Amino acid sequence: MTEYETVVGLEVHCELSTTTKLFCGCRNAFGDEPNTNICPVCLGLPGSLPVINRRAVELALRIGAALNCTARRSIFHRKNYFYPDMPKDYQISQYDEPINVDGWLELPDGSRVGIERAHMEEDTGKTTHVGGGGRIHEASYSLVDYNRAGVPLVEIVSRPDVRSAAQARAYVDELRSILVATGASDGRMEEGSLRVDANISVRPVVSAEFGTRCEVKNLNSLRSLERAVEYEVERQIALIESGGSVSQETRHWDEGDSSTHSMRSKEEANDYRYFPEPDLTPLVPDAALLAAAGEGVGAMPAERRHRLSSLLGAGSDLATRTDGSTDQVVTVVDLGLDELVHGAVAAGADPRLALARAANEAAANPDAARLLDPVAFAGLVKMESSGRLSATQSKEVLAELMANGGDPAQIAGRLGYEQMDTASLDAIVDGVIVANPLEWKRYREGDDKVAQFLLGQVMKSSKGRANGKLVAQAFASRREA
Amino acid sequence: MARLARLALDDDEVGRYAVQLSAILEHVDAVRRLDTADVPPTAHPFPVENVLRSDIERPSLDRDSVLSQAPVAESGRFRVPRIMGEAP
Ligand SMILES: [Zn+2]
Repeated sequence: MTEYETVVGLEVHCELSTTTKLFCGCRNAFGDEPNTNICPVCLGLPGSLPVINRRAVELALRIGAALNCTARRSIFHRKNYFYPDMPKDYQISQYDEPINVDGWLELPDGSRVGIERAHMEEDTGKTTHVGGGGRIHEASYSLVDYNRAGVPLVEIVSRPDVRSAAQARAYVDELRSILVATGASDGRMEEGSLRVDANISVRPVVSAEFGTRCEVKNLNSLRSLERAVEYEVERQIALIESGGSVSQETRHWDEGDSSTHSMRSKEEANDYRYFPEPDLTPLVPDAALLAAAGEGVGAMPAERRHRLSSLLGAGSDLATRTDGSTDQVVTVVDLGLDELVHGAVAAGADPRLALARAANEAAANPDAARLLDPVAFAGLVKMESSGRLSATQSKEVLAELMANGGDPAQIAGRLGYEQMDTASLDAIVDGVIVANPLEWKRYREGDDKVAQFLLGQVMKSSKGRANGKLVAQAFASRREA
Repeated sequence: MARLARLALDDDEVGRYAVQLSAILEHVDAVRRLDTADVPPTAHPFPVENVLRSDIERPSLDRDSVLSQAPVAESGRFRVPRIMGEAP
């Protein structure tokens, strides 16, 4: 049987986090009332003229630098087509002279994916189809909102270096982290800030030439991307094995039935009649633009994950990822809470516990967590690791610390989280032993599995105030007695 | 070509524009005969670069007055006829 290799290239459209659109001063915002951010320029009214947003250029250069691209002199073209989402009947985009070329992105597993280009263009309006269940082919008419028309985009085109569905997912995941870390985008796939198209083909492993590819659109989540690549690879292999051949076409991923469908677009290739946009001047990445692009950009996620992982010690047993990091490390870096953890550890907190509280509890409210005082956070972590607070109590105090700030010891006192005195703890432990004679007997005979149950009973009686470590000690000393 | 540009032309217009287009194409042909190997393509007629504006918000148009000039509007949006396919 022939063995096949998967070949994927990815095109990621990223909306830039600017205040205004690419060519006009209308607000760039998601979720505003329809058609409230529109003007003669983004409506394509006769006589209006576009002017390039400096910030958008800086962010595009910043993305290029983060992807190891070369910045170059670039120009804009008009891409002509007729569709109601573009009121000008052309989209202003960069064509054969893009702003960033020839870069690469390193994935957490150490593999590299080449970046062909990362160019600037404007987004289109948003259509809503009315009737026919909202599907375009069965709709009776459509409604258009031009708030998104003219929003700055950077399109990042990878080389066909991706070899599996999982790697495609890892690429977009890492790219998303980088875009968020640079401040160029909020990276929200569910809001369409990040949109992914995948060019997928298969070829016999012995073949040096690529197979015919299909472009799959409508990939709105990392999960859809992974599933769509898996589906498409299976479909193409089955087609070839049954004597057929793959035809080059655009296909639409349907989340509902988990498959791709041909969009049955016109047979003729689209003739966009690209020509240089006469109303815009060329862009040259001069010193001023490059300096502004680089300003305030910190370390990239890969480097930050590495720094945070090293806190846990080399070759940590907690590592779940090939680069030696853990899911907690990934979450903390993704949410920008790594400085909080570093600060807390510098102030004497236990790294593993600080990381755990940051990745789980602080992550529930990242905006508030980023404002936490690392020393106060360290104080809380120290109270928990010393046994002064139980895990349950520690989480409550942290929530209060994030909501209103303050001193963790004072908050604990106010919440009545005084450490349980030995006499009260002993009384509860003895009470649990009396109430659960069978479990106690099994525990005494060396069944450690039942220890968790006994601990739970103590936690219940003490309403979460007992310290788990001390309870375990109390049981152990009674077993030996 | 009229179809590509979505223009509705009658027979008279087709005849008139065909003559004008031929003149344009002849001119293009004349340029093509020149040796332009050492001439960089003109992206912009003036030697200026990086004409940029600051990322500062400016007031947008009033939605009601814009939509009142559209053939049909509905729910704050432009209403357009049925679209025959996905965006290219
Ligand atoms: Zn505008």
